[in-house]
Amino acid sequence: MSETKPDSISWLSRDVVSILDFSRSELEYLFDAATWMKRRLREGSVPRLLGGKVIALAFFEPSTRTRLSFETAAKRLGAETIGFTGEEAISVAKGENLADTIRMLDGYADAIVIRHRYEGAALYAAEVAEHPVINAGDGKQHHPTQAMLDLFTVKELFGAIDGLVYGVLGDLRYGRAASSFILALTLFKPRRVYLVSPPLLRARDEVLEKLREAGISYEETESLEEVLGELDVLYVTRIQRERFPDPSEYEKVKGSYRVTRRLLEERAKPELKVMHPLPRVDEISFDVDDTRYAAYFLQARNGVPVRMALLALIFGAWR
Amino acid sequence: MRKIREGTVIDHIPAGRALAVLKILGISGEEGLRVAVVMNVESRKLGKKDIVKIENRHLRPEEVNKIALIAPTATINIVKDYDVVEKKRVELPSVIENILRCPNPTCITRKPREPIKPRFRVLSKNPLRLQCVYCGTILTAEDIVEQLIGG
Repeated sequence: MSETKPDSISWLSRDVVSILDFSRSELEYLFDAATWMKRRLREGSVPRLLGGKVIALAFFEPSTRTRLSFETAAKRLGAETIGFTGEEAISVAKGENLADTIRMLDGYADAIVIRHRYEGAALYAAEVAEHPVINAGDGKQHHPTQAMLDLFTVKELFGAIDGLVYGVLGDLRYGRAASSFILALTLFKPRRVYLVSPPLLRARDEVLEKLREAGISYEETESLEEVLGELDVLYVTRIQRERFPDPSEYEKVKGSYRVTRRLLEERAKPELKVMHPLPRVDEISFDVDDTRYAAYFLQARNGVPVRMALLALIFGAWR
Repeated sequence: MRKIREGTVIDHIPAGRALAVLKILGISGEEGLRVAVVMNVESRKLGKKDIVKIENRHLRPEEVNKIALIAPTATINIVKDYDVVEKKRVELPSVIENILRCPNPTCITRKPREPIKPRFRVLSKNPLRLQCVYCGTILTAEDIVEQLIGG
């Protein structure tokens, strides 16, 4: 019966663990809310929809954009935030387990945003907590709110998510933003998806399986040059040095691709947009920043209105 | 092979897996249970099959599920006073809990000191493929056999 529920109700008190927990229409509803938030931000007239709420930001792993944009989103809507970044400052350093930390935060806050280096940590936290849990990255697995803002950005740039040709470049094995972006595309109708990576960093089986299940036309390749001319969206990711089980494997693939202004001008369609969840290391050269291709700073800014929309929907404060 | 009075007969085990079934059940022979193992006998359904008879032991459901992972064709006969009082096929549940370990070292189920049970959903029964509910890692039939039987 869930299909017949209005999307405003289906969002209420939801955990956000994987992008695949959501339907296309739920995401489109989120994008409507994000568009509304973005306009209100521009006008300087954001209502305090979450006044009196406390949101816990439990970042067991370092974060800049995700943490700050969640914090900004919460504060713009009038909520308070509590939280930490890194394990050293909290009782985890004294040996506290995740379940106990989550139970404590669940007692203090109305929602918990969690980032953790273990895959499945957010699902586990959602099982332990009574309040909604939002996954802000669990190891190499999911980063659903990144995928939400990525798709929102595509929609803003092209007016649609369907019908475009996507290239996802880089670390498709350990990069959770790349995985979540690919999974998110399975909810829509891309014309074609190219997965461009060195062989060691190919997308994981469980991700490829979802592409097949969804009937998405996709191709794995090592060569960006070969497919660049076909792309509408090039989604670039950093090689996730910190998740390599073996440092010598990282040495083999680091710097194995680089998107430069020259490459884009020679090969890309004029309307191509380059996206990146950031931070970047050297996979996009700085000379791309001021070209018409660069969409990654817009993408990063969209983190705030999309997360505002997400929080507002989970608390039933926007319809 | 003579009839048993009380106990469990596991029939239709894929040929060559009888010893693995016993291992999964934790039966080494040192328990003193009377156990009969027949291997590679003719079977109309399977061509060849193994059979295990265990006297004075009735299998619990979670043990049956474990067997289904490596012997999906097996049938379990519960024998009481020489009669088969219950006959059931092993049936894989849709979720396998607390039997297999996730091979991904950074899966939350591998984190020490967390009260969490490894859980897998069945993606397909034939060929057998499981997926960790927490980290998404996929286990193939070979991974499962290797983990439950060893190399």
